[in-house]
Amino acid sequence: MRTLARLLAAILLLAAANAFAAEAGLRLEPALVNRLDVESLQRGARNFVNYCLGCHGAQYMRYNRLTNLGLTETQVQDNLMFATDKIGSTMNAPMSKVDGTAWFGAPPPDLTVESRIRGKDWIYSYFLGFYRDEKSTTGWNNLVFPSVAMPHVLWNLQGSQKLVETEYEDHEKAQGAWIAVKGLAVVEPAKEGKWVVKTVAADVPGSLSPVEYKAFVADLVNYLDYMAEPVRNERINIGIIVLIYLGVLFVFAYALKRNYWNDVH
Amino acid sequence: MEKFLNWIDDRFPLTVLWKSQVSEYYAPKNFNFWYYFGSLALLVLVMQIVTGIFLTMNYKPDATKAFESVEYIMRDVAGGWFIRYAHSTGASAFFIVVYLHMFRALLYGSYRRPRELLWIVGCFIYLSLMAEAFFGYLLPWGQMSYWGAQVIVNLFSTVPLIGDDLGIWIRGDYTISDVTLNRFFAFHVAAVPLLLIILVVVHLMALHEVGSNNPDGIEIKERKDPKTGHPVDGIPFHPYYTVKDIVGVVFFLIVFSIVVFFWPDVGGYFLESNNFIPANPLQTPEHIAPVWYFTPYYAILRAVPSFLNSQFWGVLVMGAAVVILFFLPWLDRSPVKSIRYRGGLYKAWLAAFVVSFLILGYLGVVPVTVWGQFSDKVPLLGTADRATVLARVLTVVYFLFFMLMPWYTARDKVKPVPEQVVW
Repeated sequence: MRTLARLLAAILLLAAANAFAAEAGLRLEPALVNRLDVESLQRGARNFVNYCLGCHGAQYMRYNRLTNLGLTETQVQDNLMFATDKIGSTMNAPMSKVDGTAWFGAPPPDLTVESRIRGKDWIYSYFLGFYRDEKSTTGWNNLVFPSVAMPHVLWNLQGSQKLVETEYEDHEKAQGAWIAVKGLAVVEPAKEGKWVVKTVAADVPGSLSPVEYKAFVADLVNYLDYMAEPVRNERINIGIIVLIYLGVLFVFAYALKRNYWNDVH
Repeated sequence: MEKFLNWIDDRFPLTVLWKSQVSEYYAPKNFNFWYYFGSLALLVLVMQIVTGIFLTMNYKPDATKAFESVEYIMRDVAGGWFIRYAHSTGASAFFIVVYLHMFRALLYGSYRRPRELLWIVGCFIYLSLMAEAFFGYLLPWGQMSYWGAQVIVNLFSTVPLIGDDLGIWIRGDYTISDVTLNRFFAFHVAAVPLLLIILVVVHLMALHEVGSNNPDGIEIKERKDPKTGHPVDGIPFHPYYTVKDIVGVVFFLIVFSIVVFFWPDVGGYFLESNNFIPANPLQTPEHIAPVWYFTPYYAILRAVPSFLNSQFWGVLVMGAAVVILFFLPWLDRSPVKSIRYRGGLYKAWLAAFVVSFLILGYLGVVPVTVWGQFSDKVPLLGTADRATVLARVLTVVYFLFFMLMPWYTARDKVKPVPEQVVW
């Protein structure tokens, strides 16, 4: 029996020691957004309808739901609705799926629940990860999503970035360098057993400063995250009340049980 | 009131049933923490049925509408998000309480004579629950729904000779399609729930016939008070265990609510991220993982190598991993029931079994390449996936726990069992 336990422990140790070695070499930049920041969500909604909604739809999100973000229906109609005049409509993309397929190889995905699929950090990093690549059809490539069919829609805001590749002799050195780079970075195997660390660096400045651009993307990500589950804030608020109620009920239930069990000896 | 009750009793054995099943059902007084999970499983069953009924009112079992009808429930149906999260959390909660309920049986020998049939009915409930979860998981029509169902139905296609036809018969089509969705919906909302309810009633009737086991594994019916004729160590289920179970229920609801209101996807374990992508028959996801409650068996399936050009062996072994549970009452030869009076051998094997089950569960979630491969310098194992090798070892441990049980339980040194329950 002890032999078995030892064998098991040995295997587990071996497995754990190597668990980190094979981890995917992409590190995302965390999206620091606040789901309660209504102004950020409003700006995010503006960014979304201006820059995304031309190609991507949000077919499960209704325009009038934006009133949850502290906007009136008139404000929504005047400032955020370009594709329809019915406030109860969902946010459908003007671009048809046929056109999308013809122009990009696949229709741009619906973004309603994108944040639940990819996560906030992924989307945030994605918008920081575009760089110039003359070899690609659009002239752009992305560190987070290599060979993505989408061009850098926000390029005039961010400007353009270039890819920075540094080669290392072995995995250990590359891993160390990868850790030393704070923020978005990729480490992956290169030719002849070498390893390469990839990052992006500013090349041509855009109309926004790097800080302003990050804030712009953060607002957009905050909105996308809200849109993926508009009920989130309500859910959490109700949850707190439910827990308080159940906590009180627990005290009474326990007192009742104690009382009944007094005579069990 | 009494007149009314008499009127009923003359026509239906209401009072007789109440007394025999609840108020005069004598249960051992020494139930501990592990004895909450039976009543909790019943609670979750009722919750799943109620939330399920409300979901059915807005869900559309149609391949072109299923995904959007779920989003519709989440967004536009009043309180729909709560119903949906309660149902999805309930599915996982069901397996958690059932696994703990089954583990209780392993701890205290609750499957032993005279409770063999009770255990077997329980195993059928577990099987039905797996079927119910499998059918239900297709309904949101996300990528994981679709490809998970594809993988599971393909398991049946590995059966020699009739496999392909069997697959088509189950799907009703050559691939998972609208036809499959419709029949899975029928099974999920009508056939299997009916079966579950019947089995649960049989389970409870069998329990109340033989009486509950307890942490000491003593038959309380053997020591009755000569005056009252009731077991000395027994107390009426009502009110004692009804008030005790209410405490358990409220505690469970607190944990349940924390998940539903604050963390409904549990980091992708209760609601998988990829399942928010609508099903796409033309695009296979890179990594198909079942929901956590199936992963130990999935890991076993993947651990078995193909042999003679057939994957069927993995399916057989996985099936055997579930079926072997049915034989437990006859595999255990120990003179005692409870782990309290068993020796180190059983304890060690049980621990090895639990550890195997948990690690297999983890391995079933991750891709086989998670830990890389053994270097080609390692004899025998060279270039094999490390995770696969571990899964194979643990699969063997899983089966040895059962197959060696007649031997190690008979050989184990046991402690003397007290005459009355320890209280």
